[in-house]
Amino acid sequence: MKKTKSTVGVQGRRIVSYIVLILLSFLCLVWFYILFINATRSHAELSRGFTPLPSHYAVKNFVKMLHSTQPIARGMLNSLIVAGLSALLCTYFSTMTAYAIHAYRFRFRKFAYTFILAVMMIPTQVTALGFIRLVTRMKLINNYIPLIFPAIAAPATFFYLKQYMDSVLSLSLVEAARIDGAGEFHIFNAIVLPLMRPAVAVQAIFTFVANWNNYFIPSLILKNEKMKTLPVLIAELRGADFLKFDMGVVYMTIAFSIFPVIIVYLLLSKNIVGGIALGGVKE
Amino acid sequence: MANGGKSSKVVRYNRWGYYFLIPFTAAYVIFQLIPLIDTVTQSFFENYRSGLKQIGPNFIGLANYVKILSSGDLWQYAKNTMIIWLIGFIPQIIISLLLAAWFTDPSLRLKGQRFFKTVIYLPNLIMASAFAMLFFTLFSDNGPVNSILMQLGLISTPYKFFSHVAASRCLVGFMNFLMWFGNTTILLMAGMLGIDQSLFEAAEVDGATPNQIFFRITLPLLRPILVYVIITSLIGGLQMFDVPQILTDGTGDPARTTMTMIMWLNKHLYSKNYGMAGALSVLLFIITGVLSLIVFRLTKTDTDR
Amino acid sequence: MKKKLVSIMMASTMVAGVLAGCGSSSGGAASTQASSDSTQAAAADTQAAAADTEAAADTSAASADEGKVLNIQCWNTEFQSRITDHYPGYEKVDDTTGKIGDVTVKWHITPSDDNAYQNNLDSILPDNESASADDKTDLFLMEADYAKKYVNSDVTMNIADLGITDDQIADQYQYTKDIVKDESGNLKGLSWQAASAGLIYNRQAAKDVLGTDDPDKVQDAVSDWDKFNSLAEKMKAKGYTMCSVNDTYRVYSNNVSGPWVQDGKVVVDDNIKKWADDSKTLADKGEENTYELWSDDWAKGKYPDGKVFCYFGPAWFFNFSLAADDASSIAAKGGWGYVQGPQPYYWGGTWIAAATGTDNPTLVKDIMLKITTDPDIMKEIAQKDSDCVNNKTVLKELASDDSGNLALLGDENPYAMLAEGADKVDMSNISDYDQGCNEEFQTAMKGYFDGSYKTYDDALAAFNKAITEKYPDVTTD
Repeated sequence: MKKTKSTVGVQGRRIVSYIVLILLSFLCLVWFYILFINATRSHAELSRGFTPLPSHYAVKNFVKMLHSTQPIARGMLNSLIVAGLSALLCTYFSTMTAYAIHAYRFRFRKFAYTFILAVMMIPTQVTALGFIRLVTRMKLINNYIPLIFPAIAAPATFFYLKQYMDSVLSLSLVEAARIDGAGEFHIFNAIVLPLMRPAVAVQAIFTFVANWNNYFIPSLILKNEKMKTLPVLIAELRGADFLKFDMGVVYMTIAFSIFPVIIVYLLLSKNIVGGIALGGVKE
Repeated sequence: MANGGKSSKVVRYNRWGYYFLIPFTAAYVIFQLIPLIDTVTQSFFENYRSGLKQIGPNFIGLANYVKILSSGDLWQYAKNTMIIWLIGFIPQIIISLLLAAWFTDPSLRLKGQRFFKTVIYLPNLIMASAFAMLFFTLFSDNGPVNSILMQLGLISTPYKFFSHVAASRCLVGFMNFLMWFGNTTILLMAGMLGIDQSLFEAAEVDGATPNQIFFRITLPLLRPILVYVIITSLIGGLQMFDVPQILTDGTGDPARTTMTMIMWLNKHLYSKNYGMAGALSVLLFIITGVLSLIVFRLTKTDTDR
Repeated sequence: MKKKLVSIMMASTMVAGVLAGCGSSSGGAASTQASSDSTQAAAADTQAAAADTEAAADTSAASADEGKVLNIQCWNTEFQSRITDHYPGYEKVDDTTGKIGDVTVKWHITPSDDNAYQNNLDSILPDNESASADDKTDLFLMEADYAKKYVNSDVTMNIADLGITDDQIADQYQYTKDIVKDESGNLKGLSWQAASAGLIYNRQAAKDVLGTDDPDKVQDAVSDWDKFNSLAEKMKAKGYTMCSVNDTYRVYSNNVSGPWVQDGKVVVDDNIKKWADDSKTLADKGEENTYELWSDDWAKGKYPDGKVFCYFGPAWFFNFSLAADDASSIAAKGGWGYVQGPQPYYWGGTWIAAATGTDNPTLVKDIMLKITTDPDIMKEIAQKDSDCVNNKTVLKELASDDSGNLALLGDENPYAMLAEGADKVDMSNISDYDQGCNEEFQTAMKGYFDGSYKTYDDALAAFNKAITEKYPDVTTD
């Protein structure tokens, strides 16, 4: 008796969750659908309003995009470099920072922890003013250094990894490695990092996407057409005045620029789900 | 600190704590602290451009702050920001908790999990600017949303979404929700999967209902990640810029009810009014800090050393 | 001797230029011809070009001592394509570089969005004189809305100092000169466009309401704002919307009695106040809509179902903005007509200015003269790019025969009216602050029309607030 009742309960909950999930999936996907539909339509068709069926201008728009004055393909490569390196540096060094606070008892430990948390509260835009002035003085305008290296100090990533580390990494493991004669740096790379993989993968995706989509700072730093990242180029398309204004090409460019992110994400998400599955690790 | 003088060996290990902090500290000092100090310094100066003429920098003490605080605009925009953030955040946290619980519930055995997880995160991948542009076209007076509503006979004339305060705010909130609930779900799931599975098994053996398991075991153990989610969302919310900026073309219309604090800051940066922008930055920092501290205090666990 | 050498060199670069033209997509009949019998055609072209560039050879001789890099600041590729297509001897290297003789031309494109273009100019122009030779900005472009800011500053060169005389620019319209005159009357830039604009009406709507689509009769019905507004009522009765309130804004704002900022204080001109009043009345009655220019909603009037009576625009608007390439649009069926409308005004236009500190003054001068005064080049521009060129003689020519007839206007020839309009435009009242004031005023009043602001005064207060944010040195009431 009892058993059937609980199966019914599970069935009911399952149905509810499927409905909610399908609804949410629709809400998430419909925008992409519209984007891809619009990318196949000509400017004239677009200005007449939306239709749910694709048109036949996709190839034309794509060719126009490639032959536009903007180096879109180059921009994609630039974005890959900036976002990829930022994600790498950010996760590696944030894990290192988290490990420093987690595993060692030194004098300024508590202060450092509180300090980093406090730093997290500072909105990036708040320091933008000084940041640009500094970058100009350092003559790093049109350089990727000011876009990539600040990622090393990422308090939010640090905070997440620290929280995760608290629940995953027991100091006895570190202790055991020390007894085996492993150096501190080696312990970090060979034991701590692999243990943190699920969390690192999550943060790598977040950092990658954040940097891929980042517009505010790159637009202020990259002036050279060949150095520009995709969002800067896209904003230019949007800002392009009436003489160049072709919404079909704009939509195509947006579609083209989010496509690689989706691919990267699909590849990494496998990694993440797998990583989380065995991420129960052990206490 | 209690085990301060235990053995020299431990102390030697602990020195590595400093070494490991070097990269963070260096990057922070160069790229954030120095700019921050510069920003704060600027806030005490009259320093702006009028056309090609540079006015200042002249030291004027707190005059910039007085000017901002006396106008009352800042509070209006702070209120806008918080309202819009809440409109997005409340459904975001509820749905994310629900989804994360469903995904991690072994008894549900949901099929197509990979698909759903992948899909709900997708909106986060689209650039905020592109997303906002898309929404603007969809909800424009003669856009598809209005034409669908009219075909359904729900309205007879187009509803002007961007001329109504509630509608505009809800749209911005809704977009923030869409962009971030997948992210939050993934974070919460990672947290839930980090919980020792044996706890759930034990609870199930003891006959606990899924609801009981969720509220008695999952939620409390999830607290660190929840705090993280709330604080980062709050900070992200206070920094809200791209979406309302592009949706309203920087105007914050109707009647500046969707103007966020950063949009206002942007207006001063736009006119190269470094003094006012600096002062506003400092005030934003204080507001963010105070709100985050409140959240942090409210959610702090006793077990935290 | 030296001169001869230079002309040989010029000729060879031109051949190379034409050859390069075959490879690239610059298109047109000229390049196909050139590719069929390459050197022959190239030689002929060179000769033709050389004939009217005798002066250019002179200037190039002088410029041999000048900078080797010509840096051009611009916000899009419009001017670049005019130079590529029409400047004799320009050779495209890649998207952002070219060559004129042995001078490398570098295009620095900064989009105007979010003030980025002006910010960029603001940061480089004041230090231009001390920049290293190859980094010096030599030439930059401006739009009317903010031209005064650079005109009234030392960063822009007096064109008389380049050696350009009043005689050389006598054929240009006065208003295009007024916009770039500094406080003491010196001319600081030149434009090849005279974008006088008028009212573009839907012929079908005119027939339905006025019983005729004859331009003269239609002009009678819209010749001042009172008539225009009463026509709007009749349009409404037949199910047409007149236009967007944003369409008419420029018409009102071009006809003001004083500048936006007087003695450091913002002044809302009576005509601009009138725009707000008229528009509010019309919008409330549903006779005009409040759509943003270029928005999807606004663009729907380009199709018969959109039921919009008119748009306001200049020559470039015809080809670019009426969706003539779409078979279902009104334009494709020749369904538009052009009249001057209630008040003369202009819209658009790019001015060329020389940056103080340029090390290529002769080349800059030659570019300015070729593009803005050479009648052959200007006629070419008018025909190929449908710019309404800034040259009275050329416009007269276009107006005099059928070559100026436009299919999308039902074979009406608008050039006589465009030329007449350009004569009447009065831009003596522009100021440094026009762009910001116009933008913010329209934004604030949109709230008034939509009802977000209860009264005109509320909207005005919002406008004043926005202005002080944008221009800290300007005061308001």
